[in-house]
Amino acid sequence: MIDFYASQRAMRNMRRAAIQRGVVAVLDVGTSKIACLVLRFDGSDRLRDAEGIGALAGQAGFRVIGAATTRSRGVRYGEIAAMNETERAIRTALQAAQKMAQIRVDHVIACFSGAAPRSYGIAGQVNVGDVTVCEQDISRVLSSCDVPDYGTGREVLHAQPVNFALDHRSGLGDPRGQRGEDLSVDMHMLTVDATAIQNLAHCVKRCDLELAGLASSAYVAGLSALVEDEQELGAACIDLGGGTSGVSVFLKKHMIFSESARVGGDHITNDISLGLQVPKATAERIKTFYGGVVATGMDDRDMIDIGGETGDWEHDRRRVSRAELIGIMRPRVEEILEQVRKRLDAAGFQHLPCQQIVLTGGGSQIPGLDGLATRILGQQVRIGRPLRVHGLPQAATGAGFASTVGMCLFAAHPQDEWWDFDLPVDTYPARSLKRAVRWFRDNW
Amino acid sequence: MRSLKSSTRTDPAPSRWSYRVQRWWLTPALHKILRIGLPILLVVCAVAGVIGNADRRADIAASIQDLRRQIETRPEFMVNLLAVEGASAVVETEIRELFPNDLPASSFDIDLKAIRDLIIDLAPVAEASVRLRQGGVLVVNVKERVPVAIWRTRGGLALIDGDGVALTLIGQRKDRPDLPVIAGHGADRSVAEAISLLQAAGPIAERVRGLIRVGERRWDVVLDRGQRILLPEHKPVRALERVIVLAELQDLLGRDLSIVDTRLTTRPTIRLSQHAMSELWRIKQTSTDQKTGVAE
Repeated sequence: MIDFYASQRAMRNMRRAAIQRGVVAVLDVGTSKIACLVLRFDGSDRLRDAEGIGALAGQAGFRVIGAATTRSRGVRYGEIAAMNETERAIRTALQAAQKMAQIRVDHVIACFSGAAPRSYGIAGQVNVGDVTVCEQDISRVLSSCDVPDYGTGREVLHAQPVNFALDHRSGLGDPRGQRGEDLSVDMHMLTVDATAIQNLAHCVKRCDLELAGLASSAYVAGLSALVEDEQELGAACIDLGGGTSGVSVFLKKHMIFSESARVGGDHITNDISLGLQVPKATAERIKTFYGGVVATGMDDRDMIDIGGETGDWEHDRRRVSRAELIGIMRPRVEEILEQVRKRLDAAGFQHLPCQQIVLTGGGSQIPGLDGLATRILGQQVRIGRPLRVHGLPQAATGAGFASTVGMCLFAAHPQDEWWDFDLPVDTYPARSLKRAVRWFRDNW
Repeated sequence: MRSLKSSTRTDPAPSRWSYRVQRWWLTPALHKILRIGLPILLVVCAVAGVIGNADRRADIAASIQDLRRQIETRPEFMVNLLAVEGASAVVETEIRELFPNDLPASSFDIDLKAIRDLIIDLAPVAEASVRLRQGGVLVVNVKERVPVAIWRTRGGLALIDGDGVALTLIGQRKDRPDLPVIAGHGADRSVAEAISLLQAAGPIAERVRGLIRVGERRWDVVLDRGQRILLPEHKPVRALERVIVLAELQDLLGRDLSIVDTRLTTRPTIRLSQHAMSELWRIKQTSTDQKTGVAE
């Protein structure tokens, strides 16, 4: 635990330094596209003064100065499958974003969707002895959590304290300064495959960049696609990506569960490609232009040229009705949604007070998806689009950029994680010396 | 698996090196250097290259000098005429001889202050102002010194003004009979006192021959018939006025005495002439003889 703690702390310090310097890049390594935004942090005072603008849900204080998207290569199911290809794709996106921003970026915060995320709810309790709770007590209670055996080859990606309880008062966001006997904490821990992280870190390093943070794509998509009251009251964000469909459940503004189904938009494209006997690029084009999940009578007469380049006139002049296309797509979309349903059921989503479901990600743009999702997932379904952040180009405001925009919010206003609190004092090996060093560092 | 080495499709991704070069190019410090440092460097190099050659430097200096000359000698800046105002003919000639520039000259070459100093250094000039008037005329306004006395020295007779400045030598006393004569060491340094004494001596003016400065501290009034009035160092005018009152009331100066000594203000003294003294003795003797004779 400690070594990972150290590396996460190092990344956090790096992120802090990057924000201090003013420029940081966020990188969304997806299965179908790699998006890169360059953020400039210039203080939020400028916007605070403006009339009628509040804190803007935390997205004030930075500005997007560079944005670039490129087709992803070498990524399958949200994990890096071919390092060189992925590295080139990252390079392409970063170079274009840097060019647009006209500034060199040294620090990057990355997110990815795959690597089999697994959620753990862990709890810890400690006796603080009827004094006001201070930061050290929080550190103690965090370190008292019994970490489950999540297996070798896995790493903790997020570990966020979700809820604090002091004696019999639960639901405390911040127990500091309150008096109580027993302090207990509920934490949500998300682990992923270590190899995926290492591959991504290696790719970023090969691009001469410093990795200043890692996030789960489902989590950050939820940050940007869910509105504040949904995060507060309880909602699930379904990020329908290319290779995976991420599920994240939010309650009291904290993520309490995250999972991902290894099925996504690319499978739909695959089905179309197989079913219509067209190349993948054509299938993708047909899907985005004519795709849908609810067939109507009109769709029988709506004929689509599917083309081809074989030289066979008959083959190249084929036409299918839109109803046929929908017939190919719908089972796969249903399968995706059922997979999501299964994961939500496993997480106990039905016990939440409010069961709002927000669909986002590129896959959510299929026409008629909300109707289909209502049948499978429940009545409260809406299609979510990411928040609008300052300076984001129009091309990057679509649902497919939910996790990219969420990364901006994650970079600007990260939630407390385990490693944001100091280790409890009694675990310091050479306590006084380290404290002296820390005192020096803090004061100079 | 297709060959890893050769791919006919063009790769949209930048190569590692182009990526690195672009990143290097976007470094803010480099940008700053290129935007500010490089132009400055170029300008400095160009200037240094031109300046480095001594001949070229001389050429540049010469051309600048030439240009300056051209501007200076424009008709607007030329001085054509020297006008002297308020000076006598002699002084004017002297000023014209003294004037250092050849007219017409550029007004940039004329140092008005130096010219004024030159003119003021002339003995007969009390004040001078030099200015340029429109139309290229240099006007010298001169106020001459007025001689108030003749100063007799071993070297001869000189006219002297109120400030004690010797103006010109004159041949003989008769050339300026209107002016009084002063003499003695340091007489020129207290001309003003001498003038006030002479004014006070108005009632006996026709008898006054002149004033002599004695020991550089006090005055003697020299009258005709070899008479002298010795004045004190302090308040000499008052002492002279008392002598004049005495002279008017008791005809003091009409008598046969050689010196009226007022150096001690509380005890004025007179000295009889030799002849008067002997006469006095004789008269005294005679009267004594007569008395004794009567008694006998």
